[in-house]
Amino acid sequence: MAIEHADVLRAAHLARVGLSDDEATGYVDDLSRILEMVDQLQAVDTQGITPLAHPLDATQRLRPDEVTEHSQRERFQACAPATEDGLYLVPRVVE
Amino acid sequence: MMQWETVIGLEVHVQLATQSKIFSGASTAFGADPNTQACAVDLGMPGVLPVLNENAVAMAVKFGLAIDAEIPETSLFERKNYFYPDLPKGYQTSQMAQPIVGTGNVEITLDDGTTRTIRVHHAHLEEDAGKSLHEDYHGMTGIDLNRAGTPLLEIVSEPDMRSAKEAVAYIKALHAIVTYLGISDGNMAEGSMRCDVNVSVRPKGQAAFGTRAEIKNVNSFRFVEKAIAFEVERQIELIEDGGEVIQETRLFDPERDETRGMRTKEEANDYRYFPCPDLLPVTLDSAYVDHQRALMPELPSEKRQRFENQLGLSAYDAGVLASSRAMAEYFEAVKEACGNAKQAANWVQGELSANLNRENLEIGDSPVTAEQLGGLIQRVMDDTISGKAAKQVFQALWDGEADSADAIIDARGLKQVTDTGAIEGMIDQVIADSPVQVAQYREADEAKRGKMIGYFVGQVMKASRGTANPQQVNSLLKQKLDQA
Repeated sequence: MAIEHADVLRAAHLARVGLSDDEATGYVDDLSRILEMVDQLQAVDTQGITPLAHPLDATQRLRPDEVTEHSQRERFQACAPATEDGLYLVPRVVE
Repeated sequence: MMQWETVIGLEVHVQLATQSKIFSGASTAFGADPNTQACAVDLGMPGVLPVLNENAVAMAVKFGLAIDAEIPETSLFERKNYFYPDLPKGYQTSQMAQPIVGTGNVEITLDDGTTRTIRVHHAHLEEDAGKSLHEDYHGMTGIDLNRAGTPLLEIVSEPDMRSAKEAVAYIKALHAIVTYLGISDGNMAEGSMRCDVNVSVRPKGQAAFGTRAEIKNVNSFRFVEKAIAFEVERQIELIEDGGEVIQETRLFDPERDETRGMRTKEEANDYRYFPCPDLLPVTLDSAYVDHQRALMPELPSEKRQRFENQLGLSAYDAGVLASSRAMAEYFEAVKEACGNAKQAANWVQGELSANLNRENLEIGDSPVTAEQLGGLIQRVMDDTISGKAAKQVFQALWDGEADSADAIIDARGLKQVTDTGAIEGMIDQVIADSPVQVAQYREADEAKRGKMIGYFVGQVMKASRGTANPQQVNSLLKQKLDQA
Protein backbone atom coordinates (compact mmCIF):
# COMPACT_ATOMS: atom_id res chain seq x y z
CA MET A 1 0.00 0.00 0.00
CA ALA A 2 1.51 3.26 -1.10
CA ILE A 3 1.28 6.38 0.98
CA GLU A 4 1.27 9.89 -0.39
CA HIS A 5 2.56 13.22 0.73
CA ALA A 6 -0.94 14.43 1.59
CA ASP A 7 -1.57 11.34 3.76
CA VAL A 8 1.50 12.13 5.84
CA LEU A 9 0.41 15.73 6.33
CA ARG A 10 -3.07 14.62 7.30
CA ALA A 11 -1.77 12.06 9.83
CA ALA A 12 0.57 14.71 11.23
CA HIS A 13 -2.29 17.15 11.56
CA LEU A 14 -4.48 14.61 13.36
CA ALA A 15 -1.66 13.92 15.82
CA ARG A 16 -0.90 17.65 16.09
CA VAL A 17 2.70 17.03 14.95
CA GLY A 18 4.26 19.96 13.12
CA LEU A 19 6.02 18.76 9.95
CA SER A 20 7.67 20.80 7.25
CA ASP A 21 7.10 19.80 3.62
CA ASP A 22 10.62 18.36 3.43
CA GLU A 23 10.19 16.31 6.57
CA ALA A 24 6.90 15.00 5.24
CA THR A 25 8.64 13.85 2.04
CA GLY A 26 11.06 11.81 4.17
CA TYR A 27 8.19 10.21 6.04
CA VAL A 28 6.45 9.20 2.82
CA ASP A 29 9.33 6.79 2.29
CA ASP A 30 9.66 5.56 5.86
CA LEU A 31 5.96 5.01 6.38
CA SER A 32 5.56 3.33 3.00
CA ARG A 33 8.20 0.77 3.98
CA ILE A 34 6.40 0.10 7.26
CA LEU A 35 3.16 -0.40 5.36
CA GLU A 36 4.90 -2.80 2.97
CA MET A 37 5.82 -4.88 5.97
CA VAL A 38 2.20 -4.77 7.08
CA ASP A 39 1.20 -5.95 3.61
CA GLN A 40 3.49 -8.96 4.05
CA LEU A 41 1.78 -9.74 7.35
CA GLN A 42 -1.58 -9.44 5.63
CA ALA A 43 -0.65 -12.42 3.45
CA VAL A 44 -0.89 -14.75 6.47
CA ASP A 45 -4.20 -16.59 6.71
CA THR A 46 -5.83 -15.45 9.95
CA GLN A 47 -9.22 -17.03 9.36
CA GLY A 48 -10.75 -18.18 12.63
CA ILE A 49 -8.17 -16.45 14.82
CA THR A 50 -9.45 -14.05 17.45
CA PRO A 51 -7.73 -10.68 17.21
CA LEU A 52 -5.31 -10.10 20.06
CA ALA A 53 -6.48 -7.16 22.14
CA HIS A 54 -3.58 -7.24 24.55
CA PRO A 55 -0.22 -9.06 24.56
CA LEU A 56 -0.60 -10.14 28.19
CA ASP A 57 -2.63 -13.24 28.83
CA ALA A 58 -4.48 -11.67 31.73
CA THR A 59 -7.76 -9.94 32.39
CA GLN A 60 -8.55 -6.56 33.87
CA ARG A 61 -8.39 -6.28 37.64
CA LEU A 62 -11.24 -4.23 39.09
CA ARG A 63 -10.98 -1.56 41.76
CA PRO A 64 -13.47 -1.11 44.61
CA ASP A 65 -15.61 2.01 44.17
CA GLU A 66 -13.99 4.14 46.86
CA VAL A 67 -12.73 7.69 46.93
CA THR A 68 -8.99 7.42 47.61
CA GLU A 69 -7.70 10.58 45.93
CA HIS A 70 -8.02 14.00 47.46
CA SER A 71 -7.43 17.44 46.07
CA GLN A 72 -3.87 18.27 45.10
CA ARG A 73 -4.94 21.16 42.95
CA GLU A 74 -2.16 23.53 44.02
CA ARG A 75 0.52 20.95 43.19
CA PHE A 76 -0.99 20.11 39.81
CA GLN A 77 -1.55 23.72 38.88
CA ALA A 78 1.99 24.72 39.83
CA CYS A 79 3.14 23.50 36.41
CA ALA A 80 0.24 24.99 34.43
CA PRO A 81 1.05 28.09 32.36
CA ALA A 82 -2.09 29.96 33.48
CA THR A 83 -4.78 29.42 36.11
CA GLU A 84 -7.50 31.53 37.70
CA ASP A 85 -10.26 30.81 40.24
CA GLY A 86 -9.03 27.22 40.34
CA LEU A 87 -9.47 26.83 36.58
CA TYR A 88 -6.80 25.98 34.03
CA LEU A 89 -6.72 28.71 31.41
CA VAL A 90 -6.18 27.81 27.77
CA PRO A 91 -6.22 29.79 24.54
CA ARG A 92 -9.81 30.63 23.71
CA VAL A 93 -11.77 27.72 22.30
CA VAL A 94 -14.13 28.87 19.58
CA GLU A 95 -17.15 26.64 19.08
CA MET B 1 -47.68 17.17 -1.69
CA MET B 2 -44.91 14.79 -0.66
CA GLN B 3 -45.43 12.79 2.55
CA TRP B 4 -42.32 12.67 4.71
CA GLU B 5 -41.26 10.21 7.36
CA THR B 6 -38.94 11.13 10.20
CA VAL B 7 -36.23 8.68 11.27
CA ILE B 8 -34.60 9.17 14.66
CA GLY B 9 -31.80 7.37 16.46
CA LEU B 10 -30.52 8.41 19.87
CA GLU B 11 -27.22 8.20 21.69
CA VAL B 12 -27.95 8.72 25.35
CA HIS B 13 -25.09 9.33 27.78
CA VAL B 14 -25.93 8.36 31.33
CA GLN B 15 -23.62 9.41 34.15
CA LEU B 16 -23.29 6.44 36.45
CA ALA B 17 -23.83 7.10 40.16
CA THR B 18 -20.50 5.74 41.35
CA GLN B 19 -18.66 7.34 44.27
CA SER B 20 -15.36 7.47 42.42
CA LYS B 21 -14.34 7.84 38.79
CA ILE B 22 -14.26 5.08 36.23
CA PHE B 23 -10.45 4.73 36.23
CA SER B 24 -9.35 6.62 39.35
CA GLY B 25 -10.15 7.09 43.04
CA ALA B 26 -11.17 10.76 42.67
CA SER B 27 -14.67 11.73 43.79
CA THR B 28 -17.52 12.22 41.32
CA ALA B 29 -19.62 14.46 43.60
CA PHE B 30 -21.36 17.28 41.74
CA GLY B 31 -20.70 20.94 42.45
CA ALA B 32 -17.21 20.82 44.02
CA ASP B 33 -14.68 23.64 43.59
CA PRO B 34 -13.05 23.54 40.14
CA ASN B 35 -10.30 20.96 39.73
CA THR B 36 -10.41 19.72 43.32
CA GLN B 37 -11.64 16.32 42.10
CA ALA B 38 -9.26 15.86 39.21
CA CYS B 39 -6.41 13.57 40.25
CA ALA B 40 -3.21 12.62 38.41
CA VAL B 41 -4.97 9.81 36.49
CA ASP B 42 -7.80 12.11 35.37
CA LEU B 43 -5.26 14.71 34.28
CA GLY B 44 -3.32 12.17 32.25
CA MET B 45 -0.06 12.83 34.09
CA PRO B 46 2.91 10.81 32.83
CA GLY B 47 3.27 7.36 34.34
CA VAL B 48 -0.25 6.96 35.69
CA LEU B 49 -2.31 3.84 35.02
CA PRO B 50 -6.08 3.53 34.95
CA VAL B 51 -7.77 0.83 37.05
CA LEU B 52 -11.38 0.03 36.23
CA ASN B 53 -14.09 0.73 38.83
CA GLU B 54 -15.96 -2.51 39.66
CA ASN B 55 -19.17 -0.61 40.37
CA ALA B 56 -19.22 1.00 36.91
CA VAL B 57 -19.01 -2.50 35.44
CA ALA B 58 -21.77 -3.81 37.71
CA MET B 59 -24.03 -0.88 36.80
CA ALA B 60 -23.51 -1.37 33.07
CA VAL B 61 -24.28 -5.08 33.40
CA LYS B 62 -27.47 -4.37 35.35
CA PHE B 63 -28.60 -1.99 32.63
CA GLY B 64 -27.89 -4.64 30.02
CA LEU B 65 -29.94 -7.20 31.92
CA ALA B 66 -32.79 -4.71 32.31
CA ILE B 67 -33.09 -4.32 28.54
CA ASP B 68 -32.71 -8.04 27.93
CA ALA B 69 -29.38 -7.55 26.24
CA GLU B 70 -26.62 -10.01 25.70
CA ILE B 71 -23.66 -9.48 28.06
CA PRO B 72 -20.56 -10.59 26.15
CA GLU B 73 -17.98 -12.53 28.12
CA THR B 74 -15.19 -10.25 26.94
CA SER B 75 -15.25 -6.53 26.40
CA LEU B 76 -12.44 -4.15 25.49
CA PHE B 77 -11.47 -0.58 26.11
CA GLU B 78 -10.27 1.54 23.25
CA ARG B 79 -8.88 5.01 22.80
CA LYS B 80 -10.87 7.54 20.82
CA ASN B 81 -8.35 10.15 19.81
CA TYR B 82 -9.10 13.83 19.46
CA PHE B 83 -7.77 17.09 20.82
CA TYR B 84 -9.80 19.40 22.96
CA PRO B 85 -8.69 21.28 26.08
CA ASP B 86 -11.22 19.55 28.35
CA LEU B 87 -9.80 16.15 27.38
CA PRO B 88 -6.38 16.20 29.05
CA LYS B 89 -5.10 12.85 27.74
CA GLY B 90 -5.76 13.64 24.09
CA TYR B 91 -8.03 10.60 23.92
CA GLN B 92 -11.20 9.44 25.54
CA THR B 93 -11.07 5.91 26.92
CA SER B 94 -14.16 4.30 25.44
CA GLN B 95 -15.36 1.08 23.86
CA MET B 96 -16.19 0.35 20.26
CA ALA B 97 -15.47 -3.10 18.81
CA GLN B 98 -16.51 -5.08 21.88
CA PRO B 99 -18.76 -3.06 24.18
CA ILE B 100 -19.90 -4.32 27.58
CA VAL B 101 -23.61 -4.51 26.61
CA GLY B 102 -24.81 -6.05 23.35
CA THR B 103 -28.10 -5.64 21.50
CA GLY B 104 -31.24 -5.21 23.61
CA ASN B 105 -34.79 -3.86 23.60
CA VAL B 106 -36.56 -1.00 25.31
CA GLU B 107 -40.33 -0.92 25.40
CA ILE B 108 -41.83 2.55 25.13
CA THR B 109 -45.38 3.68 25.95
CA LEU B 110 -46.88 6.61 24.09
CA ASP B 111 -49.44 9.04 25.51
CA ASP B 112 -52.32 7.16 23.85
CA GLY B 113 -51.25 3.99 25.65
CA THR B 114 -49.82 2.19 22.62
CA THR B 115 -46.48 0.46 23.09
CA ARG B 116 -43.53 -0.07 20.75
CA THR B 117 -40.18 -1.74 21.05
CA ILE B 118 -37.06 0.27 20.28
CA ARG B 119 -33.94 -1.76 19.62
CA VAL B 120 -30.72 -0.84 21.37
CA HIS B 121 -27.68 -1.43 19.17
CA HIS B 122 -25.30 -1.64 22.14
CA ALA B 123 -24.25 0.24 25.28
CA HIS B 124 -20.67 0.96 26.20
CA LEU B 125 -18.66 2.35 29.09
CA GLU B 126 -16.54 5.45 28.67
CA GLU B 127 -15.20 8.39 30.59
CA ASP B 128 -16.69 11.87 30.60
CA ALA B 129 -14.64 14.93 29.62
CA GLY B 130 -14.12 18.08 31.69
CA LYS B 131 -15.97 21.32 31.21
CA SER B 132 -14.93 24.38 29.23
CA LEU B 133 -16.09 27.70 30.62
CA HIS B 134 -16.36 30.21 27.84
CA GLU B 135 -16.86 33.26 30.01
CA ASP B 136 -14.11 35.71 29.40
CA TYR B 137 -10.90 35.03 31.31
CA HIS B 138 -8.82 37.76 29.66
CA GLY B 139 -9.58 36.30 26.26
CA MET B 140 -8.89 32.75 27.47
CA THR B 141 -11.11 29.76 28.22
CA GLY B 142 -11.34 28.26 31.71
CA ILE B 143 -11.11 24.48 32.14
CA ASP B 144 -12.59 22.53 35.04
CA LEU B 145 -11.58 18.88 34.98
CA ASN B 146 -13.69 17.66 37.92
CA ARG B 147 -16.00 15.86 35.53
CA ALA B 148 -13.14 14.28 33.56
CA GLY B 149 -13.18 10.54 34.19
CA THR B 150 -16.75 10.34 35.50
CA PRO B 151 -18.18 7.05 34.24
CA LEU B 152 -20.68 7.24 31.40
CA LEU B 153 -22.82 4.55 29.91
CA GLU B 154 -23.53 5.47 26.31
CA ILE B 155 -26.70 3.78 25.09
CA VAL B 156 -26.95 3.71 21.31
CA SER B 157 -30.35 3.00 19.78
CA GLU B 158 -31.16 1.71 16.32
CA PRO B 159 -32.85 4.33 14.09
CA ASP B 160 -36.22 2.95 15.18
CA MET B 161 -38.10 6.07 16.22
CA ARG B 162 -40.45 7.81 13.82
CA SER B 163 -41.48 10.95 15.72
CA ALA B 164 -40.29 13.36 18.36
CA LYS B 165 -42.91 11.90 20.71
CA GLU B 166 -41.43 8.42 20.32
CA ALA B 167 -37.96 9.81 20.99
CA VAL B 168 -39.17 11.47 24.18
CA ALA B 169 -40.98 8.29 25.26
CA TYR B 170 -37.76 6.34 24.67
CA ILE B 171 -35.68 8.71 26.79
CA LYS B 172 -38.31 8.60 29.51
CA ALA B 173 -38.21 4.81 29.44
CA LEU B 174 -34.41 4.86 29.76
CA HIS B 175 -34.69 7.42 32.55
CA ALA B 176 -37.10 5.16 34.43
CA ILE B 177 -34.83 2.12 33.97
CA VAL B 178 -31.63 3.80 35.17
CA THR B 179 -33.29 5.48 38.15
CA TYR B 180 -35.10 2.27 39.15
CA LEU B 181 -31.80 0.42 38.96
CA GLY B 182 -30.20 3.20 40.99
CA ILE B 183 -27.32 3.39 38.52
CA SER B 184 -27.86 7.11 37.83
CA ASP B 185 -29.65 9.99 39.48
CA GLY B 186 -31.08 10.79 36.02
CA ASN B 187 -30.82 14.51 36.74
CA MET B 188 -30.94 16.06 33.28
CA ALA B 189 -30.45 19.62 34.54
CA GLU B 190 -27.10 18.63 36.06
CA GLY B 191 -26.11 16.73 32.93
CA SER B 192 -26.53 13.23 34.36
CA MET B 193 -28.39 12.29 31.17
CA ARG B 194 -27.39 13.89 27.89
CA CYS B 195 -28.59 13.09 24.49
CA ASP B 196 -27.27 13.23 20.92
CA VAL B 197 -30.08 12.98 18.40
CA ASN B 198 -29.63 11.63 14.87
CA VAL B 199 -32.39 12.88 12.62
CA SER B 200 -33.15 12.29 8.96
CA VAL B 201 -36.23 12.44 6.75
CA ARG B 202 -37.27 10.31 3.79
CA PRO B 203 -40.27 10.18 1.49
CA LYS B 204 -42.89 7.90 3.02
CA GLY B 205 -42.52 4.40 1.67
CA GLN B 206 -38.86 4.76 0.74
CA ALA B 207 -36.68 2.05 2.29
CA ALA B 208 -33.32 3.84 2.20
CA PHE B 209 -32.55 6.32 4.95
CA GLY B 210 -32.00 10.00 4.16
CA THR B 211 -28.78 11.77 5.12
CA ARG B 212 -28.78 12.44 8.84
CA ALA B 213 -27.73 15.34 10.97
CA GLU B 214 -26.54 14.77 14.52
CA ILE B 215 -27.79 17.23 17.14
CA LYS B 216 -25.46 17.34 20.11
CA ASN B 217 -26.07 17.72 23.80
CA VAL B 218 -29.80 18.04 24.07
CA ASN B 219 -30.41 18.02 27.80
CA SER B 220 -34.10 17.95 28.63
CA PHE B 221 -37.16 16.00 27.51
CA ARG B 222 -38.67 19.21 26.18
CA PHE B 223 -35.56 20.20 24.23
CA VAL B 224 -35.45 16.77 22.58
CA GLU B 225 -38.93 17.35 21.24
CA LYS B 226 -38.20 20.92 20.13
CA ALA B 227 -34.83 20.16 18.57
CA ILE B 228 -36.31 17.32 16.52
CA ALA B 229 -39.32 19.38 15.44
CA PHE B 230 -37.05 22.18 14.24
CA GLU B 231 -34.61 19.86 12.51
CA VAL B 232 -37.30 17.89 10.68
CA GLU B 233 -38.84 21.05 9.34
CA ARG B 234 -35.43 22.41 8.30
CA GLN B 235 -34.54 19.24 6.39
CA ILE B 236 -37.91 18.97 4.62
CA GLU B 237 -37.79 22.60 3.56
CA LEU B 238 -34.22 22.20 2.37
CA ILE B 239 -35.09 19.18 0.21
CA GLU B 240 -38.31 20.65 -1.14
CA ASP B 241 -36.39 23.75 -2.19
CA GLY B 242 -34.08 21.54 -4.22
CA GLY B 243 -31.27 21.43 -1.66
CA GLU B 244 -29.53 18.50 -0.02
CA VAL B 245 -29.04 17.59 3.64
CA ILE B 246 -25.37 17.25 4.51
CA GLN B 247 -24.09 14.92 7.19
CA GLU B 248 -23.02 17.23 9.96
CA THR B 249 -23.06 17.92 13.66
CA ARG B 250 -25.49 20.60 14.81
CA LEU B 251 -26.04 22.28 18.14
CA PHE B 252 -29.47 22.95 19.60
CA ASP B 253 -29.90 26.48 20.92
CA PRO B 254 -32.77 26.39 23.43
CA GLU B 255 -32.99 30.19 23.60
CA ARG B 256 -33.66 30.56 19.89
CA ASP B 257 -35.33 27.19 19.49
CA GLU B 258 -33.19 26.19 16.53
CA THR B 259 -30.28 23.98 15.54
CA ARG B 260 -27.10 25.34 13.99
CA GLY B 261 -24.35 23.65 12.02
CA MET B 262 -21.13 23.08 13.99
CA ARG B 263 -18.58 21.43 11.75
CA THR B 264 -18.62 18.90 8.95
CA LYS B 265 -18.44 15.37 10.20
CA GLU B 266 -15.70 14.14 7.81
CA GLU B 267 -13.10 16.38 9.35
CA ALA B 268 -14.03 15.74 12.97
CA ASN B 269 -14.70 12.04 12.73
CA ASP B 270 -11.25 10.51 12.31
CA TYR B 271 -10.94 9.26 15.87
CA ARG B 272 -8.37 6.53 15.07
CA TYR B 273 -9.68 4.08 17.65
CA PHE B 274 -7.23 1.48 18.86
CA PRO B 275 -7.21 -0.90 21.85
CA CYS B 276 -6.04 0.85 25.02
CA PRO B 277 -2.75 -0.77 26.03
CA ASP B 278 -3.24 0.37 29.64
CA LEU B 279 -6.37 -1.69 30.16
CA LEU B 280 -6.69 -5.44 29.85
CA PRO B 281 -9.74 -7.16 28.40
CA VAL B 282 -12.63 -7.30 30.88
CA THR B 283 -14.08 -10.78 31.29
CA LEU B 284 -17.41 -11.43 32.95
CA ASP B 285 -18.40 -15.03 33.48
CA SER B 286 -21.98 -16.24 33.75
CA ALA B 287 -21.73 -16.54 37.55
CA TYR B 288 -20.92 -12.82 37.74
CA VAL B 289 -23.80 -11.92 35.44
CA ASP B 290 -26.20 -14.12 37.43
CA HIS B 291 -25.04 -12.48 40.64
CA GLN B 292 -25.81 -9.02 39.22
CA ARG B 293 -29.19 -10.26 38.04
CA ALA B 294 -30.01 -11.41 41.56
CA LEU B 295 -29.23 -7.92 42.90
CA MET B 296 -31.63 -6.16 40.54
CA PRO B 297 -34.69 -4.41 41.98
CA GLU B 298 -38.16 -4.62 40.47
CA LEU B 299 -38.18 -2.80 37.13
CA PRO B 300 -40.79 -0.31 35.85
CA SER B 301 -42.51 -2.84 33.57
CA GLU B 302 -42.69 -5.44 36.35
CA LYS B 303 -44.02 -2.87 38.78
CA ARG B 304 -46.65 -1.72 36.30
CA GLN B 305 -47.87 -5.28 35.88
CA ARG B 306 -47.98 -5.88 39.62
CA PHE B 307 -49.96 -2.66 40.18
CA GLU B 308 -52.43 -3.79 37.56
CA ASN B 309 -52.74 -7.46 38.41
CA GLN B 310 -52.30 -7.52 42.18
CA LEU B 311 -53.58 -4.11 43.24
CA GLY B 312 -56.36 -3.91 40.66
CA LEU B 313 -55.36 -0.51 39.30
CA SER B 314 -56.27 0.51 35.76
CA ALA B 315 -53.56 0.21 33.11
CA TYR B 316 -53.37 3.99 32.96
CA ASP B 317 -53.00 4.46 36.72
CA ALA B 318 -50.45 1.67 36.95
CA GLY B 319 -48.44 3.25 34.12
CA VAL B 320 -48.39 6.71 35.69
CA LEU B 321 -47.53 5.44 39.17
CA ALA B 322 -44.76 3.14 37.95
CA SER B 323 -43.27 5.77 35.66
CA SER B 324 -40.64 6.80 38.17
CA ARG B 325 -39.11 5.04 41.10
CA ALA B 326 -39.77 7.98 43.44
CA MET B 327 -43.46 8.09 42.44
CA ALA B 328 -43.87 4.32 42.81
CA GLU B 329 -42.21 4.27 46.21
CA TYR B 330 -44.35 7.16 47.45
CA PHE B 331 -47.51 5.50 46.19
CA GLU B 332 -46.62 2.18 47.82
CA ALA B 333 -45.91 3.90 51.13
CA VAL B 334 -49.31 5.66 50.99
CA LYS B 335 -50.96 2.36 50.18
CA GLU B 336 -49.24 0.72 53.16
CA ALA B 337 -50.33 3.54 55.47
CA CYS B 338 -54.01 3.58 54.42
CA GLY B 339 -54.50 0.00 53.30
CA ASN B 340 -56.34 0.89 50.09
CA ALA B 341 -54.53 0.93 46.74
CA LYS B 342 -57.27 2.66 44.75
CA GLN B 343 -57.69 5.49 47.24
CA ALA B 344 -53.90 5.88 47.43
CA ALA B 345 -53.70 6.00 43.63
CA ASN B 346 -56.46 8.62 43.41
CA TRP B 347 -54.88 10.92 45.97
CA VAL B 348 -51.34 10.62 44.61
CA GLN B 349 -52.46 11.31 41.05
CA GLY B 350 -55.09 13.87 42.02
CA GLU B 351 -54.58 16.30 44.87
CA LEU B 352 -50.89 15.56 45.40
CA SER B 353 -49.83 15.73 41.75
CA ALA B 354 -51.85 18.89 41.19
CA ASN B 355 -50.08 20.59 44.10
CA LEU B 356 -46.65 19.35 42.99
CA ASN B 357 -47.23 20.59 39.45
CA ARG B 358 -48.47 23.94 40.62
CA GLU B 359 -45.36 24.53 42.70
CA ASN B 360 -43.07 22.78 40.24
CA LEU B 361 -41.85 20.24 42.79
CA GLU B 362 -40.65 16.67 42.38
CA ILE B 363 -42.44 14.04 44.39
CA GLY B 364 -39.32 13.60 46.52
CA ASP B 365 -39.75 17.22 47.65
CA SER B 366 -43.41 16.85 48.64
CA PRO B 367 -44.12 18.65 51.92
CA VAL B 368 -46.78 16.01 52.64
CA THR B 369 -45.21 12.68 53.50
CA ALA B 370 -46.65 9.37 52.34
CA GLU B 371 -47.50 8.50 55.96
CA GLN B 372 -49.39 11.76 56.45
CA LEU B 373 -51.34 11.25 53.25
CA GLY B 374 -52.09 7.65 54.22
CA GLY B 375 -53.38 8.87 57.60
CA LEU B 376 -55.64 11.38 55.90
CA ILE B 377 -57.07 8.76 53.54
CA GLN B 378 -57.88 6.53 56.50
CA ARG B 379 -60.02 9.28 58.00
CA VAL B 380 -61.95 9.60 54.74
CA MET B 381 -62.45 5.86 54.53
CA ASP B 382 -63.74 5.51 58.08
CA ASP B 383 -66.12 8.48 57.53
CA THR B 384 -64.48 10.65 60.17
CA ILE B 385 -64.35 13.50 57.65
CA SER B 386 -66.13 14.30 54.40
CA GLY B 387 -64.35 14.35 51.04
CA LYS B 388 -64.61 18.11 51.04
CA ALA B 389 -63.06 18.46 54.49
CA ALA B 390 -60.32 16.07 53.37
CA LYS B 391 -59.17 18.56 50.77
CA GLN B 392 -58.93 21.21 53.46
CA VAL B 393 -56.91 18.87 55.65
CA PHE B 394 -54.62 18.04 52.73
CA GLN B 395 -53.97 21.73 52.11
CA ALA B 396 -53.23 22.25 55.81
CA LEU B 397 -50.77 19.34 55.76
CA TRP B 398 -49.20 20.82 52.62
CA ASP B 399 -48.83 24.16 54.38
CA GLY B 400 -47.23 22.44 57.34
CA GLU B 401 -49.91 23.42 59.88
CA ALA B 402 -49.57 20.22 61.83
CA ASP B 403 -47.81 16.93 61.32
CA SER B 404 -50.80 14.64 61.06
CA ALA B 405 -54.26 14.67 59.56
CA ASP B 406 -55.77 13.81 62.96
CA ALA B 407 -54.20 16.87 64.58
CA ILE B 408 -55.68 19.12 61.88
CA ILE B 409 -59.11 17.47 62.08
CA ASP B 410 -59.17 18.07 65.85
CA ALA B 411 -57.83 21.61 65.69
CA ARG B 412 -60.31 22.66 63.03
CA GLY B 413 -63.26 20.66 64.34
CA LEU B 414 -63.75 18.93 61.01
CA LYS B 415 -65.01 15.68 62.44
CA GLN B 416 -68.02 14.70 60.39
CA VAL B 417 -71.33 14.72 62.23
CA THR B 418 -73.07 11.43 61.54
CA ASP B 419 -75.39 11.61 64.53
CA THR B 420 -78.85 11.69 62.94
CA GLY B 421 -80.38 13.68 65.78
CA ALA B 422 -77.85 16.48 65.48
CA ILE B 423 -78.30 16.69 61.72
CA GLU B 424 -82.08 16.67 62.04
CA GLY B 425 -81.84 19.59 64.43
CA MET B 426 -79.91 21.61 61.89
CA ILE B 427 -82.33 20.66 59.12
CA ASP B 428 -85.35 21.73 61.14
CA GLN B 429 -83.70 25.07 61.78
CA VAL B 430 -82.92 25.60 58.08
CA ILE B 431 -86.50 24.69 57.10
CA ALA B 432 -87.89 27.07 59.69
CA ASP B 433 -85.59 29.87 58.43
CA SER B 434 -86.48 29.43 54.74
CA PRO B 435 -90.30 29.53 54.44
CA VAL B 436 -90.27 30.99 50.90
CA GLN B 437 -87.90 28.36 49.51
CA VAL B 438 -89.80 25.59 51.28
CA ALA B 439 -93.08 26.72 49.73
CA GLN B 440 -91.47 26.88 46.24
CA TYR B 441 -90.01 23.43 46.69
CA ARG B 442 -93.29 21.89 47.70
CA GLU B 443 -95.04 23.39 44.64
CA ALA B 444 -92.39 22.13 42.24
CA ASP B 445 -92.49 18.82 40.38
CA GLU B 446 -90.05 15.98 41.04
CA ALA B 447 -87.55 17.02 38.36
CA LYS B 448 -87.26 20.59 39.64
CA ARG B 449 -87.11 19.45 43.25
CA GLY B 450 -83.97 17.51 42.46
CA LYS B 451 -82.24 20.77 41.63
CA MET B 452 -83.82 22.86 44.34
CA ILE B 453 -82.75 20.59 47.15
CA GLY B 454 -79.19 21.74 46.57
CA TYR B 455 -80.00 25.03 48.25
CA PHE B 456 -81.10 23.31 51.46
CA VAL B 457 -78.12 20.94 51.48
CA GLY B 458 -75.85 23.96 51.15
CA GLN B 459 -77.54 25.73 54.08
CA VAL B 460 -77.28 22.68 56.34
CA MET B 461 -73.63 22.09 55.39
CA LYS B 462 -72.95 25.74 56.14
CA ALA B 463 -74.69 25.46 59.51
CA SER B 464 -72.57 22.41 60.30
CA ARG B 465 -69.41 24.20 59.07
CA GLY B 466 -68.95 21.38 56.59
CA THR B 467 -68.93 18.62 59.18
CA ALA B 468 -72.27 17.01 58.39
CA ASN B 469 -72.20 13.94 56.19
CA PRO B 470 -73.61 15.24 52.88
CA GLN B 471 -75.28 11.95 51.87
CA GLN B 472 -77.04 11.82 55.21
CA VAL B 473 -78.09 15.47 54.98
CA ASN B 474 -79.48 14.85 51.54
CA SER B 475 -81.65 11.88 52.43
CA LEU B 476 -82.93 13.38 55.72
CA LEU B 477 -83.78 16.67 53.95
CA LYS B 478 -85.68 14.84 51.27
CA GLN B 479 -87.73 12.98 53.85
CA LYS B 480 -88.61 16.13 55.74
CA LEU B 481 -89.38 18.36 52.74
CA ASP B 482 -91.41 15.72 50.95
CA GLN B 483 -93.41 14.92 54.13
CA ALA B 484 -95.80 17.84 54.27
